[in-house]
Amino acid sequence: MFEAILVMAFGAVVLGAALGYAAVRFRVEGDPLVEKIDAILPQTQCGQCGFPGCKPYAQAIAKGEAEINQCPPGGEEGIHKLADLLGREFKPLSAEHGVEKPKSVALIDEQVCIGCTLCIQACPVDAIVGAAKQMHTVVAPLCTGCELCLPPCPVNCITMEPIGESVETWKWKYPVFKINPAQREAK
Amino acid sequence: MSALQRLFKFHGGVKPAYNKEASTGLPIAVAPASTLLVIPLHQSIGGMPRPLVKAGERVLKGQRIGGADGNASSAVHASTSGTVVAVEMRLMPHTSGLAALCVVIEPDGRDEWMERHPFDYRSASPTQTRDYLRDAGVVGLGGAVFPTHLKLNPGKQGKLDTLVLNGAECEPFITCDDVLMRERAETILKGAVIMRELLAAGQVLIGIEDNKPEAIAAMEIAARAVNQAAGDSAMKVVAVPTRYPAGGAKQLIRVLTGIEVPHGKRSTDYGVQCFNVGTAYAVYEAIALGQPLLSRIVTVAGNVSGARNYEVLFGTSMRDLIALCDPLPDSDRVIMGGPMMGLLMPSDDVPVVKATNCVLVGSKKLFPPPPPEMPCIRCGECAKACPSDLQPFEMYWFSRARIFGKAQEYNLFDCIECGCCAYVCPSHIPLVDYYRFAKSEIWAREIEKEAADVARERYEFRLLREEREKQEKAAKLAAKTAAGREKAAAALAEATKPAATPEEDAKKALIAAALERAKAQKEQVHPENVSNLTSEQQAEVDAIEARRAEIREMAKPHLRQDD
Amino acid sequence: MNNSPYFLKPASVQSVMLRVLVALLPGIAAYVWFFGAGILVQIVLASVTALVAEAVMLKLRGKPLMLFLSDGSALVTAWLIALTFPSIAPWWLTVLGTLLAIVVAKHLYGGLGQNPFNPAMVAFALMIVAYPLLMSQWPRVDATDFAVQWQAIFGNRQILDAVTMATPLDALRTVLRDPEQRAMIGGLLGTKATFGNVGGKGWEWIAAGYFLGGLYLLQQRIITWHMPAAFLATLCVISGAFALHDPERFAGPGFQLFTGGAMLAAFFIVTDPVSGATTPRGKLIFAGGAAVLTWIIRTFGAYPDGIAFAVLLMNIAAPLIDMYTQPPVFGHKDKRGGPP
Repeated sequence: MFEAILVMAFGAVVLGAALGYAAVRFRVEGDPLVEKIDAILPQTQCGQCGFPGCKPYAQAIAKGEAEINQCPPGGEEGIHKLADLLGREFKPLSAEHGVEKPKSVALIDEQVCIGCTLCIQACPVDAIVGAAKQMHTVVAPLCTGCELCLPPCPVNCITMEPIGESVETWKWKYPVFKINPAQREAK
Repeated sequence: MSALQRLFKFHGGVKPAYNKEASTGLPIAVAPASTLLVIPLHQSIGGMPRPLVKAGERVLKGQRIGGADGNASSAVHASTSGTVVAVEMRLMPHTSGLAALCVVIEPDGRDEWMERHPFDYRSASPTQTRDYLRDAGVVGLGGAVFPTHLKLNPGKQGKLDTLVLNGAECEPFITCDDVLMRERAETILKGAVIMRELLAAGQVLIGIEDNKPEAIAAMEIAARAVNQAAGDSAMKVVAVPTRYPAGGAKQLIRVLTGIEVPHGKRSTDYGVQCFNVGTAYAVYEAIALGQPLLSRIVTVAGNVSGARNYEVLFGTSMRDLIALCDPLPDSDRVIMGGPMMGLLMPSDDVPVVKATNCVLVGSKKLFPPPPPEMPCIRCGECAKACPSDLQPFEMYWFSRARIFGKAQEYNLFDCIECGCCAYVCPSHIPLVDYYRFAKSEIWAREIEKEAADVARERYEFRLLREEREKQEKAAKLAAKTAAGREKAAAALAEATKPAATPEEDAKKALIAAALERAKAQKEQVHPENVSNLTSEQQAEVDAIEARRAEIREMAKPHLRQDD
Repeated sequence: MNNSPYFLKPASVQSVMLRVLVALLPGIAAYVWFFGAGILVQIVLASVTALVAEAVMLKLRGKPLMLFLSDGSALVTAWLIALTFPSIAPWWLTVLGTLLAIVVAKHLYGGLGQNPFNPAMVAFALMIVAYPLLMSQWPRVDATDFAVQWQAIFGNRQILDAVTMATPLDALRTVLRDPEQRAMIGGLLGTKATFGNVGGKGWEWIAAGYFLGGLYLLQQRIITWHMPAAFLATLCVISGAFALHDPERFAGPGFQLFTGGAMLAAFFIVTDPVSGATTPRGKLIFAGGAAVLTWIIRTFGAYPDGIAFAVLLMNIAAPLIDMYTQPPVFGHKDKRGGPP
């Protein structure tokens, strides 16, 4: 009896020591959760989620203060990825935060622009160039399509132009499943 | 000569029915120009050339109509003389069925050349020669259309061991390189001599599949003449075993030299560079004759009774080309390239471009729809056939399940899409379609991710800058008022508050005033503009507006490019 | 309309499976010759059960019926079950085993191409655990009377004593377990009714038939040399080494290769591509491992033959083996010609 207890106790001590060592030796540094969530978010910085940018939203999700379905630019795919990462249930995009739109860039009608610089101040990624009383223009490759420049414009000269598909950006489609069409729906 | 060369083997490969005899019976013929030539500006790998001509302009044969956009790009030229009818979006010879910017030329039938001058590459610097070839629009004519000037660079060591000329032409039905070698062997080798000099290559190995004895004989005679003239034995014609895809650049380099160039590495780092025989021909024409790349040999084959090779001006409609060869009535599709790797065309009214080595007419009988797809049984036939030594069925599982990271771990991007795996699959799985799907998804995601990273960085920088400006402003305010800490603190609090400061109010007032002015101006100017116009003025205004609209339209495709 | 390639090699799953069935014929012929036509009854029983079960499962899973029913994979499973079960097993044993193989081991795991375990071996393992006695009653070499075998299969198990005997492997084990008989092992081969020239009497010819069929599969390029070679060579080496060390306790390679299901396993069971390893090196490891396990179970285990358990154990390891034996891809094989 005593022997058995000794053996078990010894075993517990050895295993405990091993686990303790492993915990120190293979420790995961920092809390990468916010970074991981931020990496999934599209970085549009549009604020449609109700937070002032993608990073604050990521922090709110990590703390459990926000739902994962508040990002319209990320769309269904983004929600799926967040659900996978966090082990939460998938939810359809919350309607109050907006709808998923095709990716667009802002275009300034340069004939109407009065050079007020309000859009320049509104742009979260500094993708609009120009100076006071000078014509402004959008640097299209940098534009995230957040639409934050639309409301401040006093002359409504900014429109969103959807980015079309070109031969270079065209994607090959998922091969049609000939055996069982029902399987595609499930995916 | 060929018997002495030691050959190596590449893994896998298949032996489909070659079907090459039909189009080699007749010599190369010159195809007549279409009534309209539609010349896409983007015909090579790399940046999209900028249009250099406008509608209504007269162009001469060989005149540059699209200027290379940066160094990794290649110019395009008017294939014949005539009038530019339009610079507009037209259907591209691409499976997507999408349009791209094209220069549409109405030929005047005179085929009038611009002034041509041979390029003295011996007294020019290597960079000048490369720039010349870029502006002459010379690209790889094997089908990949990689700009040739980028490859004519001997790399770090300044010299190469081997220049490989690719005359293997392993795809079924295609014979354009075969007939070119039969009929114009000397010119090809003259081009090869130039390329050898530019690359400082020790030897030139010309690899030709052994099912083309006529081409091998013609090239051997020409090579002997070149060797005699040069007094060395640098040019060697090598017959390589006929096995698809022996004409893949990496596979041919492997067969001829034993060197395997890994994916993503430059072959010049291994002392080898490989060009298609047609490219050597084009290099000769560009440098020795001063003629930019305007036409190429195109095989028209498949479901036609008069299969043949034609010399075709770029921009010629495939429909006109096919009409020359008596297509059979049951033809139902046009394929650009061969049956193993060719692209399905969205219509037969697409132009012949630099990548068009073959126009293959298909029918249900010739290329029957594949039997129903069965599940993968992991039989390993695909792995046995893969010339890149991949495990295609593993890549298939992960591509199908959209687990792209895993697919990449199994070296998805080493896949050359040769089609061998799908060809041998007993379950008739369209394997290559899965790889194409996975690759384009991965590319799209990478581009998206890069854009997101840039946006994140710029957003964070902006936050930083705003913070700094706020502090600077607060500090300035504190210094100006010079009224102790309380006030400075209050100012700082004020600045952080989103509420409008007097300063901002002033700004708003200014904007409102500007707005008023603009409105007033508009109202003042507008009526004048509309009411007091003569018909001439009106026409002028309309023309200006039209031009503006046109410019805006032209600017659109550029919006999409983010590189 | 499909994309490239636009024409395909005339190959199909069906033709692969049919050629596997053809390759089994020489072995079956030898079986009938030495042990009577009872085996044919078992093959028919298993085939009908397999096809019916397959049809029902396909229907339930909403898959196209004719396309999959005609692929022949169910028949291959059925034939392997019939050939590994005793040919005088009661009819319900074969039917139950086949049902388990098709319904549980194949379709519940996702059907053709998805099963992690070899269905025929799952059936064998489950049946031998559940009905050890019935699964070890094998026909005698000379008792080929079809009427008796028919009776044994369909009801009258009393007549069994007249037609059964221990299999060579069982006989060997009995001898090995008894220290006093051990000395006889050398004389055992070729003398007793159970043993033939190199292996079990009759069984050695069936094994030869399987070997012939295996050569056909190799010639047809349906299987590669890796699996059979590794399996047979490993079994040969390991049994040879132990037999050399102590010939009184261990049977030699000839006996191991030509007795029980070794030859069938080498060419038809470990070579199942769906549940096995697929890389060239992986195949060697997979088949070699199966051979080692077979030898261990045969020599030290409680069951008459160890192939089923050996194969199932290796099936579990197959994905891992594949992961660690990925062949180098083009351009990554050696350092020769690398950049300076």
